[in-house]
Amino acid sequence: MKPEEIQKIAETEHDLRMSYKYRINVCCSSGCLPFGAQKLLKAFEDTIKELGLERVCKVARTGCVGTCSVAPVVLIDPGNHLYQNVKPEDAKKIVQEHIINGQVLEEYLYKNEAYFSKQYRLILRNAGKIDPLRIEDYIAVGGYSALAKALTQMTPEQIIYEISLSGLRGRGGAGFSTGQKWNFVAKSTAKPKYIVANLDEGDPGVFANRTLAEADPHAIIEGMTIAAYAVGAEKGFIYIRAEYPLAIQTLKKAIEQAKSYGLLGNNILGSTLNFDIELRLGAGAFVAGEETAILSSIEGLRATPRPRPPYPAVSGLWGKPTLINNVETLANVPLIILNGGTWFSKLGTPKCTGTKCFSLTGKVKNPGLIEVPMGITLKEIVYEIGGGVPDGKKFKAVLVGGPSGGCLPESMLSLPIDYESLTQAGAIMGSGGIVVIDDESCIVDTARFFIDFCMDESCGKCIPCRAGLPKVREILDRIMLGEGKVEDLKVLEELCYLIKDASLCGLGQTAPNPVLTTLNYFKQEYLAHIVEKSCPAKKCILKKVEVVKE
Amino acid sequence: MSERIVKLIIDGKEIFAKPTDTILKAAIDNGIQIPTLCYLEGLTPHGGCRLCVVEVKGNPKLMTSCTTPVSNNMEIITNSPKLIKYRKQIIELLLAERIHTCSVCIANGSCELQELASKFGVDHTNVSRNWERFELDMSHERFVLDHNRCILCTRCIRVCDEIEGVHTLDIKRRGKDSMIIVDLDEPWSASYSCTSCGKCSAVCPVGAIYVKGKPLSETKRKELPKFITERRRR
Amino acid sequence: MIVLAKVKVATVWLSGCSGCHMSFLDQDEKLIELSKRIELVYSPIADVKEFPENVDITFIEGAVANEEQFHLLKLIRERTKLLIALGDCAVTGNVVTLRNCFQDSVKEVLEKAYIETVTYNPQYPVQVPKLLEKAYSINEVVKVDFYIPGCPPSADLINYVITEFLEGRVPSIEEKFKYG
Ligand SMILES: Cc1cc2nc3c(=O)[nH]c(=O)nc-3n(C[C@H](O)[C@H](O)[C@H](O)COP(=O)(O)O)c2cc1C
Ligand code: SF4
Ligand code: SF4
Ligand code: SF4
Ligand code: SF4
Ligand code: FES
Ligand code: FES
Repeated sequence: MKPEEIQKIAETEHDLRMSYKYRINVCCSSGCLPFGAQKLLKAFEDTIKELGLERVCKVARTGCVGTCSVAPVVLIDPGNHLYQNVKPEDAKKIVQEHIINGQVLEEYLYKNEAYFSKQYRLILRNAGKIDPLRIEDYIAVGGYSALAKALTQMTPEQIIYEISLSGLRGRGGAGFSTGQKWNFVAKSTAKPKYIVANLDEGDPGVFANRTLAEADPHAIIEGMTIAAYAVGAEKGFIYIRAEYPLAIQTLKKAIEQAKSYGLLGNNILGSTLNFDIELRLGAGAFVAGEETAILSSIEGLRATPRPRPPYPAVSGLWGKPTLINNVETLANVPLIILNGGTWFSKLGTPKCTGTKCFSLTGKVKNPGLIEVPMGITLKEIVYEIGGGVPDGKKFKAVLVGGPSGGCLPESMLSLPIDYESLTQAGAIMGSGGIVVIDDESCIVDTARFFIDFCMDESCGKCIPCRAGLPKVREILDRIMLGEGKVEDLKVLEELCYLIKDASLCGLGQTAPNPVLTTLNYFKQEYLAHIVEKSCPAKKCILKKVEVVKE
Repeated sequence: MSERIVKLIIDGKEIFAKPTDTILKAAIDNGIQIPTLCYLEGLTPHGGCRLCVVEVKGNPKLMTSCTTPVSNNMEIITNSPKLIKYRKQIIELLLAERIHTCSVCIANGSCELQELASKFGVDHTNVSRNWERFELDMSHERFVLDHNRCILCTRCIRVCDEIEGVHTLDIKRRGKDSMIIVDLDEPWSASYSCTSCGKCSAVCPVGAIYVKGKPLSETKRKELPKFITERRRR
Repeated sequence: MIVLAKVKVATVWLSGCSGCHMSFLDQDEKLIELSKRIELVYSPIADVKEFPENVDITFIEGAVANEEQFHLLKLIRERTKLLIALGDCAVTGNVVTLRNCFQDSVKEVLEKAYIETVTYNPQYPVQVPKLLEKAYSINEVVKVDFYIPGCPPSADLINYVITEFLEGRVPSIEEKFKYG
């Protein structure tokens, strides 16, 4: 296939798309499927057929719209009308009123303006708008034109220059400059080179990468292929956890389609680029998402991290230079190529450009997957997008950065979201998990919950993390039982610093964050448990007297 | 290619090393001691025990000297109060992680962990000790595997894989539940791959793999690392 | 701790094998020197029934395995200025705490000791203090000021520690001690 042919398909598909007066997008992603999305899709298709509206209205299956809390949802274009909690029985009525009579059905409408108004959907621009299982849908909205541009009009150096100019930083958590990373790999002379797209997403309650793969798989493939051209790689792996069956299916199909269109394989778009992508399924361990652990896993070994240096860019898969990027990072790439690095660098903040997807969960009115410009404040996320704490409860804390994130209090809500500010406050960007905690939750219990998670997920390779986290948990357990001593807090803190500073990989290095931040911002709650033997949230049952300790 | 030489500073002392050297090797060659536990000369460095961490100027992270190569003008500190404190804590965690009752241990008197505890003055543990008991594997006619003493340094795994070349040993589970296994988690006597060479028992720094019926002081061989290195070179 | 009057020293024997006390006594002729500076106010080798008040230094041998020891230790802590855990049993729990590895260890221990291995009239004891569910090292029950590991610690080490304290210095035992 030639670039012109892609252009051709884009035009035909676009025209086809435009030929419909209406488009009913039925979300069939993981959040809506359990609520009968398949049946709903069928109901709409049947209704349209029954009423002979096939030429007027297109019914399409799409990826997540981002409002999974009101699943299943249907998005009708033009006008971006989002219907919530739609049942198959409602299909007739909606088609009758909306498609035939042109009347929007207010009672089904998702009315939460604020939820979307503060968002900036760049990565998720196609989510809910295209059929992820049709490559033509992606091409119709401009897909693969960035690849065509890169291959025909740009040199690898120019691509890396644009990526560097954009200020794009890794969305996998650490925020390393993507341009710099690409440059390292490009400069390595060893052959072959590999690319790994990280879709392990092992954090509990985080689902941004899965959603992306389910909604817009070709964006990932296109980003990877451009990266391959830029760094000189021949082979790519998408490392995805086996617990994501729909995302796996979707990606598999997408790779097949890309291959059949000559967008993967040899001489891509008539250029000299040969590049292939293979899926690798992980067995679902949090630590398997760590970049060096992925390498081991793909090589067929235990997924345990390796010390760096050597960095994967120099010695990665089978000792060869390997580029590892998060899938969200990669999905940014086509946009940067199309619109230029300068355009991208103006989004977000100067040091932290672009947007970021967050999985907003916990005690908020509107949980869901959101995408916001960098630099937005936590307050805007929790109160405006999230709608605040439901059921008249009070806000207590927000955990930013997944299980090894930091627990921040109300006073920190004006914090802008960027790598540096978060790190300074004791939290991390992580994979973009935000959990809102209300005043019914005990802070010690919350910290213990996350320590428990990291303890279970520790690979056991290094001692601070493997042997330290169980001790941290033991002390928290004691405090929650009312057996804690004031001295315990010091031991706890010292242990946390050891684990943070001396552990091998990011898991251990960040695991103490929930404890350290709560010790910093909520010390009085710990002391209440220890000194007054009471739990402010009335969650922990504290033993007043312990038999052995008199 | 003529050998390039890099200059670096360790604890204020200017030293020279080959660019392929690790910080640890450069230090040892220049008479500077850095404590180690999982490292054994001749085996692929593991980087797991974290005892050998050092501070490298300009790097906010602590680096394991057994895995980090030297580079020109590196400035390294091996013994800051912070590092010493962390080492003490690591030893303390190890003593508390499994059941270490030296008085009745086969390794008593020739154990690297015991020695380190003394060297760093870890004369008690602040964290509570664990009392989970593991069954011993006594099935092999010559060797015993006692998980209760194992510190998961993987020396045995590496020597069995890299030197003996059979990879009989590995780890199962993860985190605190990690355990050394023989073949696919079988009794040692049922192992097809084990050649009964005894290298694993010879490299175990503690009393976790040992020759049946003999105190470690009798079976421990000081010349072993040299032997391993020779073997490595072929 | 420079005192003109003799320093009041106590030694206590909890659940241990008495080896640490033997080692203490192994200071031999140095004991004579010591006796000029200390007064032994409570010890298994001195016939004192109740633990006295205002003790300057107490050495504790053994782990805490029964209720009587538990309460005694609390009392000792209240009445002692400087509490020293002497030997592995006191410091780590040593073999005494090995029973913690077993479920329902009290029953198992009693059964082993008083039934299974007894040939003449096996029966559970009635007049010994009740065993605690778990055995503890000293620092799990009270605050400990100094630790001397060893099974037993050498007489020289004990002598060094006590002499240093008598001189008003905090001993440094790095590289001088050895567990086991
Ligand atoms: C315990 C742990 C888990 C991780 N999990 C993921 C993950 O699921 N997805 C991801 O993209 N990065 C994950 N990372 C970060 C990766 O190590 C790596 O930094 C990232 O994939 C690099 O891509 P980027 O530069 O595009 O961010 C994890 C790191 C650690 C320490
Ligand atoms: S920090 Fe934890 S997860 Fe990472 S290598 Fe060490 S033990 Fe494994
Ligand atoms: S292995 Fe070493 S530290 Fe552990 S009990 Fe034996 S001698 Fe002591
Ligand atoms: S005896 Fe030799 S072959 Fe057998 S497990 Fe040990 S090192 Fe491997
Ligand atoms: S058995 Fe010995 S050598 Fe093997 S991991 Fe355990 S402590 Fe290390
Ligand atoms: S899965 Fe349907 S809205 Fe998220
Ligand atoms: S010796 Fe370097 S990490 Fe163990």
